[in-house]
Amino acid sequence: MIEAFRQYFALCGSLLYWLFAAPFRGKPWRIGHTFAQIVRIGVHAVPMSALTALTIGVVLAMQSAAQLAKLGATVYVPGLVSSSLIRELAPLVTAVIVIGRSGSSVTAELGTMKVSEEIEALEVMAIPPMSYLIIPRFLAMVIMMPLLTVFSIYVGLTGGWLIGHYSLNMSTAYFVSHALQYVELSDVGIGLLKSGIFGVLIVTIACSIGLNVSGGAEGVGLATTRSVVVSLLSVFIANAVLTALFFF
Amino acid sequence: MTPNAPDSAAEPLIEVNSLVRHFGKQKVLDGVSFKVYAGDTFIIMGGSGCGKSTLLRHLIGTEKPTSGSIKIFGQEITTMRAEALQKLRGRYGMLFQSGALLQSLTVAENVALPLVEHTQLDAGLIDTVVKMKLEQVGLTGHGHKKPSEISGGMKKRAALARALALDPPLVFSDEPTAGLDPIMTAVVDELTQRLTQKIGATVVVVTHDMNSVFRIGTRIIMLGTGPNQGKIIAAGTPEEIKAHPNPAVQQFINGDPEGDGTDDSGELLYRETLLGINDTGKYSRSAIQSSKP
Repeated sequence: MIEAFRQYFALCGSLLYWLFAAPFRGKPWRIGHTFAQIVRIGVHAVPMSALTALTIGVVLAMQSAAQLAKLGATVYVPGLVSSSLIRELAPLVTAVIVIGRSGSSVTAELGTMKVSEEIEALEVMAIPPMSYLIIPRFLAMVIMMPLLTVFSIYVGLTGGWLIGHYSLNMSTAYFVSHALQYVELSDVGIGLLKSGIFGVLIVTIACSIGLNVSGGAEGVGLATTRSVVVSLLSVFIANAVLTALFFF
Repeated sequence: MTPNAPDSAAEPLIEVNSLVRHFGKQKVLDGVSFKVYAGDTFIIMGGSGCGKSTLLRHLIGTEKPTSGSIKIFGQEITTMRAEALQKLRGRYGMLFQSGALLQSLTVAENVALPLVEHTQLDAGLIDTVVKMKLEQVGLTGHGHKKPSEISGGMKKRAALARALALDPPLVFSDEPTAGLDPIMTAVVDELTQRLTQKIGATVVVVTHDMNSVFRIGTRIIMLGTGPNQGKIIAAGTPEEIKAHPNPAVQQFINGDPEGDGTDDSGELLYRETLLGINDTGKYSRSAIQSSKP
């Protein structure tokens, strides 16, 4: 446990160096590698986050409509959908999707590279794994998490609109104006900040666990599970803390 | 000292002094000392589990010793900072036992990697060098394949091509011929010889393939197993090793199941490593022998 924390903070320290100091010492970020990772970590996650966000939006609208109808207050459905999506659900659900498909794959890939001596080979070839493998993944995650979240918000709202428009007979203009009435731009900003922080947590945990795999194929499997569990817990705890800080 | 200039005979390229490494309570390397001079094909041999791969990992700087010193190109690497070690690593190539090709790249991209990273050559020239290196190891026409699509022996040869991409003055090689057929073993051995004779490179090879040892070795050390775990039990030229009085050395060279490397009851002293068991009583000697090729 203590060893895992030590490895994690060692990785974070090294990450800071390679992010902010190394580019000024003639070791720039690898833009090509970063784009490749953006596609793998971010773009390929779009369909799944879209579908998830759509169902969340639909469910939110249906549940709130069912309750608010009793009070004759279905007018609040758009606001409820938009504020809960933007402030909480879109960043959180996107994080869960990204942990499941991208965080786990980062750990598994790095872990496999570790046990098959590829990471050692990079070191011996004087190609720092931090620069070659970790920084591109980090940048890709930190760029793509907020973008995926924006996309999830949009698709989630569309889900809410589907219910509002076809079931509650709201016009599109009515739905949109009421949805926007209950959120401010700062809410969007905080939602995106949250997702950025989740991105940092996911990618650092995935990389730290992946780089420290030992014990062959079994080790890779265990590490991938651990990476997903630890990332999920960290994101949920961070979410609670951030909500308390910004909204409570 | 420029990377390609042969060092003076008086100054060793690699100097290891009283190297000790513990893993927990186990002493894997125990006071290992030797020198490698420019132009040598230096062989580190010994039975499975004797610590020869661990020794190699110390030489390339990926493992830190418990105590002792390692000087490469006259620089102490055990206390070296990461950045200085990085620079030094540009001057040697390493062939890993498993090949350690990057699975995400094709064979040609793997060989090109050191050139792309450490030289300013344009893409066309890199392409030519890669083709040349692949031809040297008999992999012409396989450059576009992913490592998962080629055989183990081919992976090893591709990895050798990658280790030689920058024409390093010093090459480390971990079991370069394990898993290769006799012809490819000869090809790899010949390539190693050509490295030292024509390019003037120095090669450090870890192996237990006795044919290779005497075909290419100019200086040899042997690490012991059992009670001599991690100690050098023999050192010298191929002739000296062949005539070495230590029965354990003779037994190893001749691949004899019975001898000083086995204890009184005839059990191999390193049987635990061979079979991965502790309970020796259950396994007869014949079972152990039949597990040997």
